[in-house]
Amino acid sequence: MPLRNTFAVVLCAAVPLFAVATAPDEKSANKPADKAPETPKPAKLEPKKNFVEKTKGFKTVVDDPDSEPPKTHREDLKAQFEMVWVPGGEFTMGSPDAEVGREALEGPRHKVKVNGFWMAKVECGWDEYDTFWYDENYLKADDTAAKKFGPDAITRPTNAFVDATYGHVREGHPALCMTHHAAMMYCEWLRKKTGRAYRLPTEAEWEYAARAGKDDAYSFGTDPKGLGEYAWYKDNSATDAKPAGTTHKSGTKKPNAFGLYDMHGSVWEWTLDQYDEKAYEKGAKNPLSLRPVTVPTDEKWSHVVRGGSWADKADRCRSAARRVSDKSWMKWDPQEPQSIWWLTRMDVIGFRVVLAEEEQPELADLKPKVIKKSE
Amino acid sequence: MSNRRDFLKATAAVGGVAAASSFASAFAGGGDTIKVGLVGCGGRGMGAVKDILNAEEKINGSAGKVEIVAVADVFKNKSENAVKTFTNEKSKDYGRFTKNVKLTPDTTFSGLDAYQKLLATDVNLVILATPPGFRPYHLEAAVKSGKNIFCEKPVAVDATGARKCYELVEESKKKNIAIVAGTQRRHQKGYIETLKQVRDGAIGDILSARCSWNGNEPWFHKRPEGMADSTYQLYNWYHYLWLCGDHIVEQHVHNLDVINWAMGGPPVRAVGFGGRAVRHPGAPKDAGQIWDHFAVEYEYKNGVRLSSYCRHLPGDDDVSETLYGSKGTCYTRDGYYEINKKPSGSDNISAYVQEHIDLLNSIRAGAPLNELKNVTDSTFTAIFGRNACYGCKTLNWEDALASSEDTMPKDYALDKPLDATRAPVPGTWKLPPRA
Repeated sequence: MPLRNTFAVVLCAAVPLFAVATAPDEKSANKPADKAPETPKPAKLEPKKNFVEKTKGFKTVVDDPDSEPPKTHREDLKAQFEMVWVPGGEFTMGSPDAEVGREALEGPRHKVKVNGFWMAKVECGWDEYDTFWYDENYLKADDTAAKKFGPDAITRPTNAFVDATYGHVREGHPALCMTHHAAMMYCEWLRKKTGRAYRLPTEAEWEYAARAGKDDAYSFGTDPKGLGEYAWYKDNSATDAKPAGTTHKSGTKKPNAFGLYDMHGSVWEWTLDQYDEKAYEKGAKNPLSLRPVTVPTDEKWSHVVRGGSWADKADRCRSAARRVSDKSWMKWDPQEPQSIWWLTRMDVIGFRVVLAEEEQPELADLKPKVIKKSE
Repeated sequence: MSNRRDFLKATAAVGGVAAASSFASAFAGGGDTIKVGLVGCGGRGMGAVKDILNAEEKINGSAGKVEIVAVADVFKNKSENAVKTFTNEKSKDYGRFTKNVKLTPDTTFSGLDAYQKLLATDVNLVILATPPGFRPYHLEAAVKSGKNIFCEKPVAVDATGARKCYELVEESKKKNIAIVAGTQRRHQKGYIETLKQVRDGAIGDILSARCSWNGNEPWFHKRPEGMADSTYQLYNWYHYLWLCGDHIVEQHVHNLDVINWAMGGPPVRAVGFGGRAVRHPGAPKDAGQIWDHFAVEYEYKNGVRLSSYCRHLPGDDDVSETLYGSKGTCYTRDGYYEINKKPSGSDNISAYVQEHIDLLNSIRAGAPLNELKNVTDSTFTAIFGRNACYGCKTLNWEDALASSEDTMPKDYALDKPLDATRAPVPGTWKLPPRA
């Protein structure tokens, strides 16, 4: 058999072939590659019901790399996820002084009202993230052609320099280690793919969803002893193969009263808001804050993650617990400038998406704003 | 100049005018300034400057006496960008160090001989962070100039380059200069703590080992329109053998280095195979020529076998090392360490900073660290494993090292046509014998 045939029919995820074919000229420099599909008209949602969203990305199948030009065809890479209806309502945001494990940035407590929204039943998994990462309708961020794009174009993550899963399982487990920017760009991509206004949850929406109608430390009550039924966290995440703990398959613990899984534990989840240390103080001055949010800017740091992780003790998994992202989360990245897509060794960070029933004006069509630059 | 190699040799010889073999003793008091030059202004070189500035800050606080005095890159825009970045007062990373940056247009060099011009200045320490294919020649020039060195791994891409590095070990020791290499796991607290326990018998005798760098491709740059072949190969250096050495050498060297460290030296034999299954299609001049998967069985002097795997294929990732002993198992991964299923160490500061702390301290103490032997051992471990795979042969260390394999293009110049051969075909590829 001639040698070239040994190369026949192979997956080639890293080749943006279609990007090559559609590398934009100067005139079209401010939009994604020409062949990026028009945003589809979304199917009508049944009001306030759960629904399943399906997305498609692409991997390229190379038939014969030696032929000129290479023969290729596209193969759909599909993913789907379930969106759970979360009815709007009022709640008290933050934790009381006496709550075990409470930190100062969780207060003062204040009354907040959020509108109804859908939230992903589980955290974003690798299947969904891969459809974005490998969607060759969009250029990779490190491509020369991508540099010509304006800051509002969709680019997809560069490849991770080391093991992107950091030894955790891929299949069915939450995607992790992406930056806030990467999570924001995923949402932007998802908006293009589905025609629906997906985004990260605001901090207020996240905490409201996590509490699921309760005012206790956890959605099921206050005693952390019950946490093991609802969450993968430090006390139960070890396996024989990973004695120091690891992520687990999403949705394998009990859901909260809204039907949401893994709000406690698993991976910390990015929220939308730029961190404002005065936000709770400001909120406490109002009798009732309506849909509070600090709109994210082009600052890479800082944003809030919520919900604790497989590596955290129970107190960090409380509904009110917050952790603010910091430049030090990138301290293990040896390159300059450091990646805007990947955190390094922060294998405890993920996210999930929401869809507002009625978008609040300041968040309508919100795009990722961070650009790659030396700071 | 008849060819690039001669050019490198000749310039290396004249470059060493400022050789200061007694340099290290100037730091016995610990107070003198260390002037740093950067060769190769890409992501890693720029990062290394940040690391050495942070290292000095950890040693001496704001009174730190490390100065960045010269930069060099083949491409003018790269060296100029480095100056811009290092002198940006608003920079979160570099802003507080601008007093330590003494760059001028006269010390900002570009072109293929930029490293040579940089070595002719009064820098005391050079950071060598160009693509690895140049490393043996840059190392040679730097050693001849009597400069202290931080060099990235790997230090060579072929047998000729590796022999050159070995030759420099003695010479650099005689000159009492420091050479710290970018195999940063040797400076990483978690690794050090864990391997100490292994040496102290925590898993008994080592019976076998496994290591891997299984992941996706880090990056690929498509050729911008109109870019000459030779320039494109530099720009997309990861994908060309003479610059990168293939990914087993460029990345997997880290894991091989950890096993060599545990074993106390490099292996003696290698057999393996691999190929280019899904890497970019197209002509080598546009798509490169490196493979995307290798599986090598190494044998150490005492008969211990190492299973070594590396690939750039989408799928389950795994970058780690495992040692199997008569009394248990040791597993290490950057940031995670365990012996017999129990955590065996942890990190506190970045190993990329720690290696510069160790480097600076050793220079000032007059007892400069010299890691060239170790990093060359690990580099050549990867090279001879690679060649065993390319050739589908069982290779032993001496024969592989004696080969006249030399991948450096002759008459290299940025604007010249430069062909690229196709990826090595297993079974037909032959390691050239020593001429």
